[in-house]
Amino acid sequence: MRRVAEWTTTALLVFALYLVFSAFSGRWGLWAPDELLAGAVIALLVGLATGPLVWKRGGWRLLQPQRWLLFLVYLVGPFLYAMAKANLDVAWRVITGRINPGIVRFNPNLQTDVGRTFLANSITLTPGTLTMDVDDATGDFFVHWINVKDASPTADAVCGPFPRWARRVAE
Amino acid sequence: MNGLIYAFLAIGAAFNALGAVALIRFPDVYTRIHGATKCTTFGSLFSILAVAVYGIVQGGGAGGTMAVRAFLALVFLLLTNPTGSHALARAAHRSGIKPFRAVVDRLEEAGHGPRATDHGPRETR
Repeated sequence: MRRVAEWTTTALLVFALYLVFSAFSGRWGLWAPDELLAGAVIALLVGLATGPLVWKRGGWRLLQPQRWLLFLVYLVGPFLYAMAKANLDVAWRVITGRINPGIVRFNPNLQTDVGRTFLANSITLTPGTLTMDVDDATGDFFVHWINVKDASPTADAVCGPFPRWARRVAE
Repeated sequence: MNGLIYAFLAIGAAFNALGAVALIRFPDVYTRIHGATKCTTFGSLFSILAVAVYGIVQGGGAGGTMAVRAFLALVFLLLTNPTGSHALARAAHRSGIKPFRAVVDRLEEAGHGPRATDHGPRETR
């Protein structure tokens, strides 16, 4: 039963993605029939091949729609703002050459794999901070920071509101 | 609308150029990855937005397809870039490249650190 749920959810997600990919291919901004057929076949194959892999470590709670909504809010709100600020900051460092790099360690208290991946990717996408490693047992993050202000910082000092949003969206 | 496209292209090109300068100016692999991240985030974000706006302006089936696919390219870029950067940095640290002039290296202290080798950049400046 669990196997079937894994296959169908993965296939449906892939099919939805294919629908986005092939939008406007038919008349009146809809989908062409052959695109729909190709999408169904591809979704079925991908779902059968990767379904168990996708849900191997749980993560079913990611299917709740309010999490997707929160994720979109996060992307266009706090994340874009932090990224723009960090981009300008690093651009200034490129021009002036003022850097003070180092690898710091902090613990954002995230429990799940998805939450940690979410935060690690957010940190790496922000210029000036780069996730080097995550300790699986303790959840400690090792982050290369281009401007170390504090050798033993808190999570908030390095990445601002990201851990709170990671908890809200992914845990 | 054309003005918007040109503005997006200009911002994208400027940040990509700064990223290229960062590759020359920064001393070691980790700081250079910061520069490259800047390219993929702001540089390609605005370049791809320009393509998407162009597609919307063109309209019709072809323009809509262009806009949607440009947006999907952005999504996948934002998914794959941090994963790749992280893998590069972790592999570099594990193969013994020390961060240049680092004020602190907690990863080495934690025992995941590099073996004592000599690949890192020398003090040149």
